[in-house]
Amino acid sequence: MNVTRVLSQSSKAFRGRVTRPYSTSPLTTLTEDEVLIQQAVQKFSREVIAPKVSEMDKKGIMCPDLIKQCFEQGYMGIEVSDELGGAGLKFMSAIITIEELARIDPSVSVLVDVQNTLVGIPLRKWGNKAQQEKWFPRLCTDTVGSFCLSEWTSGSDAFALKTTAKRDGKNFVLNGSKAWITNSGEAGFFIVFANIDHSLGYKGITAFLVDGSNPGIRVGKREDKLGIRSSSTCEVILDNCVVSEEDVLGEVGKGYKYAIEVLNEGRIGIAAQMLGLAQGALDATMPYIIQRQQFGKSIASFQGVQFDYAQIATEIQAARLLVYNATRLQEAGLPFVKEAAMAKLFTSNIAANAASKCVEMLGGVGFTKEFPVEKFYRDSKIGQIYEGTSNIQLQTIAGFVKKDYE
Amino acid sequence: MSLARVLVPVKRTVDYAVKIRVKPDNTGVETKNVKMSTNPFDEIAVEEAVKLKEKGLVKEVVAVTIGPKDAAEILRKLMAVGVDRSIHIETDEDLQPLAVAKVLKKVVEKENSDLVLLGKQAIDDDSCQTGQLLGGLLNWPQASFASEVNVEGGKAIVKREIDGGLETVSVQLPAVISADLRLNTPRYAKLKDIMAARKMTIDTSSLADWGVDTTPRFDVVSVQDPPTRAGGVKVESVQELVQKLKNDGVL
Repeated sequence: MNVTRVLSQSSKAFRGRVTRPYSTSPLTTLTEDEVLIQQAVQKFSREVIAPKVSEMDKKGIMCPDLIKQCFEQGYMGIEVSDELGGAGLKFMSAIITIEELARIDPSVSVLVDVQNTLVGIPLRKWGNKAQQEKWFPRLCTDTVGSFCLSEWTSGSDAFALKTTAKRDGKNFVLNGSKAWITNSGEAGFFIVFANIDHSLGYKGITAFLVDGSNPGIRVGKREDKLGIRSSSTCEVILDNCVVSEEDVLGEVGKGYKYAIEVLNEGRIGIAAQMLGLAQGALDATMPYIIQRQQFGKSIASFQGVQFDYAQIATEIQAARLLVYNATRLQEAGLPFVKEAAMAKLFTSNIAANAASKCVEMLGGVGFTKEFPVEKFYRDSKIGQIYEGTSNIQLQTIAGFVKKDYE
Repeated sequence: MSLARVLVPVKRTVDYAVKIRVKPDNTGVETKNVKMSTNPFDEIAVEEAVKLKEKGLVKEVVAVTIGPKDAAEILRKLMAVGVDRSIHIETDEDLQPLAVAKVLKKVVEKENSDLVLLGKQAIDDDSCQTGQLLGGLLNWPQASFASEVNVEGGKAIVKREIDGGLETVSVQLPAVISADLRLNTPRYAKLKDIMAARKMTIDTSSLADWGVDTTPRFDVVSVQDPPTRAGGVKVESVQELVQKLKNDGVL
């Protein structure tokens, strides 16, 4: 094997790296504005959300008043422009909000995450002026949105979706049913992916904006889940749902492209949720194991336990760097798809480990509902599944890595 | 008579959720690298002032704090919940209640305030003196430990929490009112308002500019942890209880 040749080929991996005025600030540095936002969301989460978490999880229903407060606080339209009713901030502010909410309740966090990413991003990127002016003010003040792509028979294989959209003059008639749709239980706005012509394959997939008041759309069965129980995950049924061509998001047949792009960016949001979850689990565990004593010393001083929380803390730090870096790349307009996939993959895995280990370190109490950690444990599992399973992330990353060396 | 300006003195204290640690030399509480926030009772006072503004009884809410450079943080957060203007009197000195009251008197005179609303006490020293001292220095009526405030016809009708229950007093304005825990529940700053508050200006001056004698009037000799709680003893019967009480000299 010619070593020189291999080395020169590997340098290709560094080609195409954009060089810009670089910053030497630590990745975990936030701007003054971002710190204020972080503190404000932290306060709200600890004082307003925390007391309700246990009941919401038990009942599997999110408190409507809490959702209302999330709107009032401005969490539901973080990147939406000021004129349209949003907070006019950048991606990092949304990421910080999602992370801080997840430290207390990953369910509330995903409600806010989906509203800002899966619903906000497509409308912002491909919505025309009329659509943005019609929907953003509502999405920022009182209307929950949802992203309807998955179906019973198409999860990872998203483009095998069966929902049809038949042209009828200036209208389209949608028929089919969507599954696993987050936020749908409370939603008044639905972005629905349907195929206008299955013979075109995925190139027929089109995104439609559907008003909840449309008689042809209804929310069906609500899933009874292992985790993030108060986040609504329901069936959404399209039954001769008539929409006009004005309700087509962007271009007909480009839906598949939009879905991919939205999910690429949205998964940084899920990574932030999992990061918050891991941090929240550790936050709930450390004070207890420090003060609890066995054999005359604090649990936290046993070497085995020390190794456990040192490992968790290290993984959380690594995850934070991945999430924040992917976010800063997006903000800088630089390529971020590989980094986003890495962030989601890694963070969801360490979060599951962290939550599991935290239950263990807490001992018996960790296994009871008296402590919040068993909920974090249950909540963490979904991170490895939704918005692109871990295997899908690995495939995505592999594709980029291979390309770097070709 | 329509009120013009409410002055809300606020203090930056150790955050209420932080586990306090006494400094090893027993001179005070550790504040280095510790999370600081607005004194919770002052937050309640701000909320009440903002509510009065929303009811149209007050034109402007002005907050003032006396503290180090970092104290400006709390003013920014308070401007995000409805404070219209804020004043920061910079000093690294640790002022005692009488000194604070003297400075506040000057601020009241400069601002021509009609009403001073402040927290009943700060959660760091728990002095519970500043409001009352200020009232005395200004020769204004005062209503402390307010759990309800109503303003009508140039008077404030205040429900006070006292040991025996609730007492309603009526004070002629201008007056000093100190806020107690149950007066209200402070609102949370919305993201938009936090950003807007960032752009607002804070009127900054140094303590020396106000020409007040702030010499401490008492010395803190030592600060200690409370004694560790000794375990209790369980008794099996009333007879045993009576015996123990007799042995302890209580009966």
